[in-house]
Amino acid sequence: MGKYIIRRLLATIPVLIGLSILLFAFVHLLPGDPTRAILGQHATPATVASLRESLGLDKPLWEQYVIYMGQLARGDLGHSVVNNKPVLTEFMTRFPGTVELTVAALIFSVGVGIPLGRLAARHPQTWTDGAVTVISLLGISVPIFVLGLTLQFFLSVQLGWLPTSSRIDPRLSIPNVTNFMLIDTLLAGRPEAFVDALKHLVLPAIALGSIPLAIITRITRAAVLDVANEDYVRTARAKGLTERRVDDRHIMRNAWLPVTTVIGLQVGGLLAGAVITETIFAWNGVGRWVFGAITNRDYFVIQSSILIFALIFLTVNLLVDIGYAFLNPRIRYS
Amino acid sequence: MTSADISVPGRVAERGSRGLWGDAMRRMLRNGPALVGLALITLFVLAALLAPVIAPYDPIAGALVDRLKGPSGAHLFGTDLQGRDEFSRILYGAQISLQVGVVAVLMGLAMGGTIGALAGSFGGKVDAVLMRFVDVLLSVPGILLAIGIVAWLGRGLPQIMLAVAATTTPLFARLLRGSLLGLREADFVVAARSLGASRWRVLFRHMLPNALTPLIVAATLALATAIIDVAGLGFLGLGPPDPRTAEWGTMLTDSTRFLRQAPYLLFFPGAAIVLAAIGFNLLGDGLRESLDPRLKR
Repeated sequence: MGKYIIRRLLATIPVLIGLSILLFAFVHLLPGDPTRAILGQHATPATVASLRESLGLDKPLWEQYVIYMGQLARGDLGHSVVNNKPVLTEFMTRFPGTVELTVAALIFSVGVGIPLGRLAARHPQTWTDGAVTVISLLGISVPIFVLGLTLQFFLSVQLGWLPTSSRIDPRLSIPNVTNFMLIDTLLAGRPEAFVDALKHLVLPAIALGSIPLAIITRITRAAVLDVANEDYVRTARAKGLTERRVDDRHIMRNAWLPVTTVIGLQVGGLLAGAVITETIFAWNGVGRWVFGAITNRDYFVIQSSILIFALIFLTVNLLVDIGYAFLNPRIRYS
Repeated sequence: MTSADISVPGRVAERGSRGLWGDAMRRMLRNGPALVGLALITLFVLAALLAPVIAPYDPIAGALVDRLKGPSGAHLFGTDLQGRDEFSRILYGAQISLQVGVVAVLMGLAMGGTIGALAGSFGGKVDAVLMRFVDVLLSVPGILLAIGIVAWLGRGLPQIMLAVAATTTPLFARLLRGSLLGLREADFVVAARSLGASRWRVLFRHMLPNALTPLIVAATLALATAIIDVAGLGFLGLGPPDPRTAEWGTMLTDSTRFLRQAPYLLFFPGAAIVLAAIGFNLLGDGLRESLDPRLKR
């Protein structure tokens, strides 16, 4: 097992180096000049030249890359071209927002997806099964932005049940401690603010969680059907166990493997979906920030934030693979 | 064995096989959901092709006196802020989605297919290097990759096509590589190789034809995602360069400001995207079940 983990860890290194080179090239090939972005169009050539020098942009590309990697190794992710704030601080203040959103979306998709899949598998080829199939088809066919806007229209604009956007009512002025809104409101001892933050979370979480919900439902249904006809399940029934016990102990135990793998794989999709979800719901998270950086040509933010995104994504995938190998010994030895 | 058991193979043989695709087609025609998908796609393609004939109004020019009118006999789906007919714009929007979606998936197939074919047939170092490259592409969330490419190359239909193609490339590369690796030791491939067939002949004549079916299914399903991604880029303000162009995602962005007064501006383009995506998802699932009937339950 230890060998397997080391092998997988080593395999991520070339990916990260490759990505850093690609990103570096990409950022330096972007049309436009970062010094112009900082100084504006009316700066004199002399000021532009001195800023280029101080940013190190006058050096050859390979040297800039080496310097950049050196900075990365020391934990310096550079500064925003737009507001000169350090990228790492900016990232850390927004990351909790994205974590809160993706975790809520994951809880929603797992909490609804698994029971739906089990329900469909228990009554295959019936109208229940058909209804679940339609739900999962809609889940993968309705884009986040269509679902998000539709939810906003019905539940916020028409019925006024839930807030349209942002992470919390700004009038509540909660001090930022952890930047996790749900935790900060509790730390401030304001239960009414906690409820408000929770209400703000519902619509974005449903919008973001709809695709994983569909996929988890499908996989659960297929996995349960796969084992439901096994001999040991028939044996369990034959010896008179209750249907509930057969379901929990004999079917689900064996159906968990593919389901957990698929759940893990959804995290990457959730991070990608967060870009659009955060934009629709004016959610102050990393996705919206990276998108803003790309449209504003905020070079160093793009470069470093996408690298962090990739690092998170690779870490999650690695954990999923390790978990899978842990649950399924056949993988480890192949 | 009873006599009933024996008679079964005889009956099957009587009907005969019409080859992989003939059999698949016959199964498709009995697959209800796949037929619904096919109908939706036909509708979508007809809307795109016949837009200039059916559209009652110009999709770009509108009369300001008509702006933000709800659905009526004169304007089936209502009008937008510039008084343009929403129904006509949705018909023309199908052209963009279809064009960009299909070209993007074909480009992704070409790029991913080449990578997958090289990796799967050469193996070894070539495989390792190419697959690390695919891992790099996969490590960036798809929509960010697409946004980045459009930001880099500038706004325009070819750029959007390339951006969406780049997000589908890793999928096709991995899929084809996987099937080819599985086929490398298959008896007929070993036989062809031992008869002295060249590497390329083995790849093109023997391995690729047997690895195509999962790729075709994946490409059909990828069309659904591509249409959604194209609209997503449009929604984020990275659609076609001319802001007047009728594109479903861009139309949705315009709707957000009038959610209260004109919710139909959200529903109709939203429904268009969803129906097109459902069409390709149903057809893709149907194709998969027809090509590999063991999958169907």
